[in-house]
Amino acid sequence: MTPPHLTGAPAGPRTDRPRRRRARGGAPLPLLLPALAGLVFLVLPLVALLIRAPWRSMPELLTSPEVWQALQLSLVSATAATAVSLVFGVPLAWLLARVEFPGRGFVRALVTLPLVLPPVVGGVALLLALGRNGVVGQWLDSWFGITLPFTTTGVVVAEAFVAMPFLVISVEGTLRAADPRYEEAATTLGASRFTAFRRVTLPLIAPGIAAGAVLAWARALGEFGATITFAGNFPGRTQTMPLAVYLALQNDPDAAIALSLVLLAVSIAVLAGLRDRWMTAS
Amino acid sequence: MTGTLKLPHEGTPGSSAEGLDARLVVERGAFRLDVTLTAAPGDVVALLGPNGAGKTTALRALAGLVPLTGGHLRLDGAELDRMSPESRPVGVVFQDYLLFPHLSALDNVAFGPRCHGVPKSQARAQAAVWLDRMGLTEHSSAKPRRLSGGQAQRVALARALATRPRLLLLDEPLAALDARTRLDVRAQLRHHLADFEAVALLVTHDPLDAMVLADHLVVVEDGRVVQEGTPSDIARHPRTDYIAHLVGLNLYRGEAEGHSVRLDAGPGITTTEDLTGPVFVAFPPGAVTLHRDRPTGSSARNVWRCEVAGLETHGDQIRADLAGELPLAADLTTVAAAELDLRPGAPVWATVKAAQTHAYPA
Repeated sequence: MTPPHLTGAPAGPRTDRPRRRRARGGAPLPLLLPALAGLVFLVLPLVALLIRAPWRSMPELLTSPEVWQALQLSLVSATAATAVSLVFGVPLAWLLARVEFPGRGFVRALVTLPLVLPPVVGGVALLLALGRNGVVGQWLDSWFGITLPFTTTGVVVAEAFVAMPFLVISVEGTLRAADPRYEEAATTLGASRFTAFRRVTLPLIAPGIAAGAVLAWARALGEFGATITFAGNFPGRTQTMPLAVYLALQNDPDAAIALSLVLLAVSIAVLAGLRDRWMTAS
Repeated sequence: MTGTLKLPHEGTPGSSAEGLDARLVVERGAFRLDVTLTAAPGDVVALLGPNGAGKTTALRALAGLVPLTGGHLRLDGAELDRMSPESRPVGVVFQDYLLFPHLSALDNVAFGPRCHGVPKSQARAQAAVWLDRMGLTEHSSAKPRRLSGGQAQRVALARALATRPRLLLLDEPLAALDARTRLDVRAQLRHHLADFEAVALLVTHDPLDAMVLADHLVVVEDGRVVQEGTPSDIARHPRTDYIAHLVGLNLYRGEAEGHSVRLDAGPGITTTEDLTGPVFVAFPPGAVTLHRDRPTGSSARNVWRCEVAGLETHGDQIRADLAGELPLAADLTTVAAAELDLRPGAPVWATVKAAQTHAYPA
């Protein structure tokens, strides 16, 4: 009775699917044309990048010490910024998702502000706060001798400022979707609220945290405006990949294209990774 | 009192320091819960009531997940309401178990002992003993999603018991199971609860679960205790429509004068008991006989004119819902129903023998 079952594919859908597809029909032109134009608009620049890439001189361009320096600095500072975002962002997300306090909506709006703020403005704001004469920076300088602007640490600070909201929003969403009664169950078993968070909630929301971290990392890696404003553009110290690309474009376009391709490859890898994370998260 | 020797609850059980002594008052908006619960170690108490009666709120208040707005809560002489939920010697089996999905069955059970400072290897050894007691040794490394409903229920019970609670709370312990597993699990749960040396309290809307598992029932309606007693006591002497309906009885309130009772619902009824003053009168639907014409030769002295309001099949029986002089439920065989040509709207005469009614003081 069951040859279709033996082949592994259920017989029903196989015969049904083409009929259903035909029944749904084509998209109306007023929607289809702009949709295709939009698609071309998004894909064309990337295709151009691939077409104009100096494939032959690529190995040589990518092995130059400046490129390696910039790439290394980018990877290190983006990873550090992600770590900073995790340490402060996960507890912040927990606070927003689990604790009722007056003005919670306002606090959430403040947290999301850097998402929409032009990064250059963020950089200026960081200078005013943490610069050598900044609101907090002057004390950091005179008390601890710490100066953040125009240092590698400054790069991390600028990137974390821009990237952390991505993590907070992602983790908060996962926390809201997670059943808080698991924490109650942990409490009845003798777990303090922190233990319940650490041993129950954290593992439950791990996929959301991972997705948020990848997003934050990607955002930090591409960060340009806040970094150049707050940390400047010193090769080997504060010159990250996006800055190097911009600078190279002025005197060595081929190098700029090569660097861009590297960033494109990293982005695609992130996207692929993120897809899986999000699949498991939902 | 030990677990094997249980005295029936008349008057005030658990008046000694041992066991549970609570008056739970929780106010939330328009809803007010005010129930008094007492139990001695070894007792299994069931909070029985319709949905929304406040049973789960009472359970959450005992566990400390909902703060009390009044009353008191003492367990073995300790003021529980002054303790944080995590430091209360209370174990909870949640309705949908809430097993931690990222931990194996063994680590779920070991979670409690770990939180109480037991070293990891020792906690897991204890957990293994509990799982063995539940007959789940071969599933100890399984994640909760790979367990069947009955297995998950036993893991949840083991997890709650592993902290050695002095009060075990079970929220609708059998509600999440399908009918077939339910029978097995109910029998096992009864066995485990009988072994439990401290107070066990379960919340359920299923009278069968309550009567099989508990030796003392507390019926809660609309946030208040409407009746409590042993299962057989409650089954025989229901005091509200809800319980009467649960145990399948027709129940009326009235004023007795000797063997006749004037019912609040209208007509009178003759009973065997000789009582005076406010009473309840109850009789099972099976005691009702239906006739197409007014019975003349019948020895039954209770005769009422009714109308069929609805019909329902119960196994091989038909339950007729009757309206009219006295609203009542009657059980009859399908053959009898066919002979009487019963259908909604049909007029019938109902008779009940005095010997089959039961009157008791209200």
